Amino acid sequence: MEPLSGIDITGRILWQFWPVWISLIVLFALSMRFKRRLGLYGKLFDSPIGMIGFALVMFWIFTGIYASFDLIMTHLPLSQISGLKNKGPGSPLPSPDPGQYQWYLLGGDNLARDVFSRMVKGSSIVIGIAPLATLFAFMVGITMGLPAGYYGGRLDVFLSFMANLILAFPVILLFFLLVTPEIVAAGVPNYMATVLFCFPIIFATVLLNSRYHSQPSVRTPLMSAVLVVLIWIYLSAISTDGYLVRTEGLKIPLLPNAIDLFNIAGGTLVVFVSVVFVNSPTVYRIVRGLTMDIKTRDYVAAAQTRGEGPWYIMLWEILPNARGPLIVDFCLRIGYTTILLGTLGFFGLGLPPESPDWGSTINDARKLLSIYLHPALPPALALLSLVLGLNLLADGLREESLKD
Amino acid sequence: MGLFILRRTGVMVLTALCLTFIVFFLTNLYPNLEKLAKTQGNFRMSDEAVASWLDNNGYSGPMLFRYGEWLGVTPGWTRDAAEGKVRGRCIDGDVLPEVAAEAPAYCGIIQGYWGRSTVFKEPVAGIIGEKLGLTGVLMFWVLVLMVPTALIVGVLAGMREGSALDRGLSTFSIITTATPEYVSGVIFIAVFASSAVGLKWFKGTATSAMSQPTFENFFLPVLTIALYGMGYIARMTRASMTEVMTAQYIRTARLKGVSFGNIVLKHALRNALIAPFTVIMLQFPWLLNGVVIVETLFNYKGFGWTLVQAASNNDIDLLLAVSVVSVAVVLVTQLISDIGYVYLNPRIRLS
Repeated sequence: MEPLSGIDITGRILWQFWPVWISLIVLFALSMRFKRRLGLYGKLFDSPIGMIGFALVMFWIFTGIYASFDLIMTHLPLSQISGLKNKGPGSPLPSPDPGQYQWYLLGGDNLARDVFSRMVKGSSIVIGIAPLATLFAFMVGITMGLPAGYYGGRLDVFLSFMANLILAFPVILLFFLLVTPEIVAAGVPNYMATVLFCFPIIFATVLLNSRYHSQPSVRTPLMSAVLVVLIWIYLSAISTDGYLVRTEGLKIPLLPNAIDLFNIAGGTLVVFVSVVFVNSPTVYRIVRGLTMDIKTRDYVAAAQTRGEGPWYIMLWEILPNARGPLIVDFCLRIGYTTILLGTLGFFGLGLPPESPDWGSTINDARKLLSIYLHPALPPALALLSLVLGLNLLADGLREESLKD
Repeated sequence: MGLFILRRTGVMVLTALCLTFIVFFLTNLYPNLEKLAKTQGNFRMSDEAVASWLDNNGYSGPMLFRYGEWLGVTPGWTRDAAEGKVRGRCIDGDVLPEVAAEAPAYCGIIQGYWGRSTVFKEPVAGIIGEKLGLTGVLMFWVLVLMVPTALIVGVLAGMREGSALDRGLSTFSIITTATPEYVSGVIFIAVFASSAVGLKWFKGTATSAMSQPTFENFFLPVLTIALYGMGYIARMTRASMTEVMTAQYIRTARLKGVSFGNIVLKHALRNALIAPFTVIMLQFPWLLNGVVIVETLFNYKGFGWTLVQAASNNDIDLLLAVSVVSVAVVLVTQLISDIGYVYLNPRIRLS
């Protein structure tokens, strides 16, 4: 069979993405139709920049979701087909089985795997980790930043010192220290996960308790339900195969396998924890600054006069009023997290080397970069477009939220 | 002002102590030491052999005590070696007890002893000095390229908010902030240095630039680092420029009939450049990240490359020295940016 021409490749790639196009069109049609009723999200569709950014972001989110069900991809990300090593875009399979896709649309990499499929599969890893890690970083940052800004004093000095301590670390050095196999073997990331994953539980508890503590009939059942679910998820997340850590010297048993909901693959947990750890001090600083600004407002004074508790004021008066800058920063920070994930992959840290995430693929491909470009460029451009989309989206949101 | 600097310096020293202890702790965890013993001794050591190797080389003792040794506040270890000789932290090789008695009791970074690299087999101080020199050259050219370009882009964009020029330049700066070094570096090598595209204007590696930097072998790494930092500084400059351009005194100047060029150059620029100054100083830690990535990508054996080597081989002394230097860079730039901000902006008073 002949190799495909450039136009053919483009056409076929666009066709491969058909579920994404349909979802995008539906999403945009619905959003445009109801944009007046959708608040800030609806206003996004008034700004062209925001719309372009949102489209780019949603493109990759949909791709990531569909790719995790093995849609869109033409081959499996790890399947190797002999004869296609380093072959250029549009190379046909030498002897395709019936039912097998007959081309490597963007060529093969140095292990004869399909570049296109790996790029698509990589999006589901990034989409799976980056937003969730950013959300965790926000939980940690908010839970620490609100009291620091609200109370000030010694607490503020102490927490800010800790935050600056982490911020003064060069990120890459921190990654190398946390993610090397020996440190992972010593269980350091597991301990960090144990601490960091507590924060969503603390956050939810305080949030609900401060709101409903005057109505015990609502609070008690609601909180026990939420807490049971959260703690179960928490224990499932930090225990692997029935243990919290299992090294030669030390074994700490935890949730038995029978009731363990899911296991996070070792590499993913390490990457997740280090990304959350690096991001949370910056979030802390932002939240602290916003809190210090907002706590002087009249509605806070009114709440204080009413006799509301400090946590109620922090979480239900200050936090909602700080949402504008926080949402914008959330978008930017997902982009930054994506860059960090790529950095980790670029240095071959954390995720296993055969993982199709973008950073690892770029790292794989850069060794032969001066001869073969096609394995390096697709993941590089994919990462670029996702981060660009998030930046544009943040810009659009900022512009629209400043208008009122 | 003096008190402020003094207090900041105190906090800096405390921060540096905490950070180096964290690095010391993580690099001296038992699995790391075991790996070190096996790479320095041999790979088939038994557990007992590992333990005795560690003890003979001063890696046993409590962690805090050894951190003190490294710092130079607790006396260095000594052990009895074979044939009645003595070895120790402050002693070079195995020597007779009489010679060992003359060696200093304390040797840590306070005394200027940075240790020996287990990977390069050289004193750490020499390696760090040499590599910092190489990275200094790289950073110098990055700053020369990045700062003026970023300021010009920012000022031009912020001059007339919402104009076509502003839209264009703002999009450019957003794109550069969205392109991490490992993406732009790969794209640049692909386009300008690979045989597949065929332009071959520049070289894809900067190894030869270590002895002889030329435009051909040095431009791509410099551009790659500069571009990522540029967008951020440009956006800050633009924001501060647009703010200044809407100020009352600019309107007054315009009503008086001052030409637009004069308004920008004589009235707005000075005030608009206060904020970017802090940003540029705070950009240094990020540049350090970029340096690590770019030096790895272009195989330029400077400070960042050394960091990667030290970290991936768990070269404890070298890694500690690298972190001391980089933490110092971060903290000093923070201090300079704070002080500079106060000097440039008389509206801010320290209290």
